[in-house]
Amino acid sequence: MNDQTATSAQRAEALQGMGCKRKRVEDIRFVQGKGNYVDDLRLPGMLYGDFTRSPHGHARIKKIDITKAAAVPGVVAVLTAETLKTVNLAWMPTLAGDVQMVLADGKVLFQNQEVAFVIAEERYVAADAADLVEVEYEALPVNVDPLKAMAQDAPVIREDIKDKTEGAHGKRKHYNHVFNWQAGDKAATDLAFANAEVTIKEFIVYPRVHPCPLETCQCVASFDKIKGELMLWGTFQAPHVIRTVAALISKIPEHKIHVIAPDIGGGFGNKVGAYSGYICAIVASIVTGHPVKWTEDRIENLSTTAFARDFHMEMEIACTKDGKVTALRCYTIADHGAFDACANASKWPAGLFSIITGSYDFPTAHVSVDGVYTNKAPGGVAYRCSFRVTEAAYCIERAMDIMAQKLGMDPAEFRMKNLIRREQFPYTSAMGWQYDSGDYHTAMTKAMESVNYKKLREEQKARQAAFKRGETRELMGIGVAFFTEIVGAGPSRNCDILGIAMFDSAEIRIHPTGTGICRLGTKSQGQGHETTYAQIIATELGLAADNIAVEEGNTDTAPYGLGTYGSRSTPVSGAATAMACRKIKAKAQMIAAYMLEVHDDDLDWDVDRFRVKGNPERFKTMTELAWAAYHEVPPGMEPGLEAVNYYDPPNFTFPFGAYICVVDVDVDTGMTKIRRFYALDDCGTRINPMIIEGQVHGGLTEAFGIAMGQEIHYDTEGNVTTASFMDYFLPTAVETPKWETDWTTTPSPHHPIGAKGVGESPNVGGVPCFSNAVNDAFKFLGSTHIQMPHDHWRTWAAADKLGLHQ
Amino acid sequence: MPESQVSMQVNGKAVEALVEPRTLLIHFLREQLNLTGSHIGCDTSHCGACTIDLDGKSVKSCTLFAVQANGADIRTIEGMVNADGTLHPLQEGFRETHGLQCGFCTPGMIMRAYRLLQENKSPTEDEIRFGIAGNLCRCTGYQNIVKAIQYAAAKINGVPFQEAAE
Repeated sequence: MNDQTATSAQRAEALQGMGCKRKRVEDIRFVQGKGNYVDDLRLPGMLYGDFTRSPHGHARIKKIDITKAAAVPGVVAVLTAETLKTVNLAWMPTLAGDVQMVLADGKVLFQNQEVAFVIAEERYVAADAADLVEVEYEALPVNVDPLKAMAQDAPVIREDIKDKTEGAHGKRKHYNHVFNWQAGDKAATDLAFANAEVTIKEFIVYPRVHPCPLETCQCVASFDKIKGELMLWGTFQAPHVIRTVAALISKIPEHKIHVIAPDIGGGFGNKVGAYSGYICAIVASIVTGHPVKWTEDRIENLSTTAFARDFHMEMEIACTKDGKVTALRCYTIADHGAFDACANASKWPAGLFSIITGSYDFPTAHVSVDGVYTNKAPGGVAYRCSFRVTEAAYCIERAMDIMAQKLGMDPAEFRMKNLIRREQFPYTSAMGWQYDSGDYHTAMTKAMESVNYKKLREEQKARQAAFKRGETRELMGIGVAFFTEIVGAGPSRNCDILGIAMFDSAEIRIHPTGTGICRLGTKSQGQGHETTYAQIIATELGLAADNIAVEEGNTDTAPYGLGTYGSRSTPVSGAATAMACRKIKAKAQMIAAYMLEVHDDDLDWDVDRFRVKGNPERFKTMTELAWAAYHEVPPGMEPGLEAVNYYDPPNFTFPFGAYICVVDVDVDTGMTKIRRFYALDDCGTRINPMIIEGQVHGGLTEAFGIAMGQEIHYDTEGNVTTASFMDYFLPTAVETPKWETDWTTTPSPHHPIGAKGVGESPNVGGVPCFSNAVNDAFKFLGSTHIQMPHDHWRTWAAADKLGLHQ
Repeated sequence: MPESQVSMQVNGKAVEALVEPRTLLIHFLREQLNLTGSHIGCDTSHCGACTIDLDGKSVKSCTLFAVQANGADIRTIEGMVNADGTLHPLQEGFRETHGLQCGFCTPGMIMRAYRLLQENKSPTEDEIRFGIAGNLCRCTGYQNIVKAIQYAAAKINGVPFQEAAE
């Protein structure tokens, strides 16, 4: 194609900019086994660290004897809390304003808690020696039930703070209380309930689950004593935050800490926080003078680093007789485990849970959340969702179904009646969030028409009749969910982590030959950032995406950013990328005007070039302007063509979607079969439809796992019983349903390119949709709510409770 | 610990080494031979990220000792690329159909698919899903992995790849 003769459309297509299904540049290395993951790294003289862990859920440590472990040939050092105290690192601050033991200090508070860290010349030797650390325990009473945490005689979990009446988020009302957090208008809500025509109340549990990326958490720390500098490679979703935390904890100046997050094998929120393994590897490297690698195994991953959910929600909705919602009230107990190590924006101990009014026009609402300590692993991360949004979406979407059932209305019809209308946007919710944009009725209508919803309900009715006549033992359930997310944390007025505003950044440098590099504060864990950020630049600057390198994860070269989680990369760094491009483009325009001897305003932008208005044959392409920027800039102008943008978003973005699921349930075996799953997502402007579809497939599959089988379960002794793939359900290709994806496009009005983020939507919307489908199957028999996960046993038990096996 | 001598063919090259009897094959491949393409995702042989081809079978290299591979003929992801440097149809298929995201399961998934297509040249979708059930993926939801394997099968069989209608 000749550049002179190509049409604008042809030139635009050649750029592979926004909207095209560009193949991923990352894949070239991944399909050849040439990815560069942390465990692939081996440095000369590198040592290996491994933990001795607690077999108890709660116990006092009487004695730790490291003699035998230290005597194993190849063992270099053994760290305990006593050793860490000499460098003031036995405890570390959490992102949530609490403190957490790095190694058990005096007692253990959950099973598999880190007790000692053995450093050895070989991986196997470290593991051998970790088993030889002798710990004398005195078992203590265990509590793993958050609903009993604030009982009068509950075991004291945190002796270090048991007399403290003030926590990081205000008053504490019990020694196992972390915080109380409220939002909305309590008086108005209570009044609305007092006057309500119809109400429902249901206790809805979102069990403890785990993000469980296929690659576990790991790091390599290498401290250079002569330079006083620390290199830290790790599986970090937020490398800059890790650098700042490491500086604050270790007292090594931040400019002497170099954090590198190489390729990451999935994150989903698991790799946001700071873990004992990182701290111990750093200390071990300082102590031994060698690089130290720490690699978590799967059991350690599932049982110690960053669980998600564990929300126990008492949910109420008030409504008029004809089906208009009037109020929402929710009281939640949040199980935070032994330490409050939630990864939320610091001011939000229950995250963005107040998005619980969902997609519906509630005049008033109130939520109250009590966080409690139990003998379970700490965490509470945003697993493939913005902070606590998935808990909120699950709760409202179940409650809407339960209310529809009480009213005798179809759940889709009930939703249509209460969805926020297009003309109400921007819409301020009863909780004070300003939803930037939406077109909910169009999305819901499209979803219902696409699956022929009416016909499905007719089939269901016929099947129910056949079931009652004894002609079949199979029930059919239709799940409907309409979700609204709140992502892109976030505006500095709402969000900070440890006082750092949750902006994000992009730095773009265009080289003389018209290629360039973009560095960002986010960090891909599989989302394909190297591909999609380049597409934004291609469209904004008219340079081919193939000519733009995208680099993340090196804190020395990337501008400061808060990392990738909560679907924030596109809403925040994507915006920063577009804004940096616009700075570059403005400078290029001045250069073009100078070269073409016209005023800046006399130029039009056309895909990849500036043309003189009224004389389109005279133009300068961006590639020409890049060259010119390095050798013939206008007098007085700085040479070069680069820009950096730190983007503080004016608001969150609010992606939404309408999902419909059809499930068949065998009441005698409890087996379920997802017959159909349709997902319509509206994530605003679509950058790469192929990647969006892939994200939706993946998020739905994780939602399927959560809804249909996952739970990090503890027995009453505090033993975690689901800490390996033997017991913790991860769907295989056989169980995983086929996904039908669809979309509408409602651009965000405040985002430079109108994009909203999508990676987490399918997990947020998928879980209630599956759960609603299973519940819907049993609803005609009088059942209102069956708790997740809907595995075969629980589904069979639900059928049994309804008398279906008599 | 006393070490044992092992010799094997890895990606067409003869390899001889001393290993501890308890060294897992995956650690031998990754740490002694520096073939880091095969990954470790679990401790219980469930995830399949370490899948390699050994004497014409898919094996999970975390569940074999290196000494058990003595005399074996092994192929890993590093041995999949064609002699001229072009991608194997499976590698091409995974990229073309967006069959990977984080890339961590991908080498094991490709090695399993390689053997599957040796066993069954034109598998149905159900046969593919059953055939890769020992390999977990957390990112893709498998749909595009199935497509990638269909793409490769078509290319190997010399027939046009047709995406199944959704």
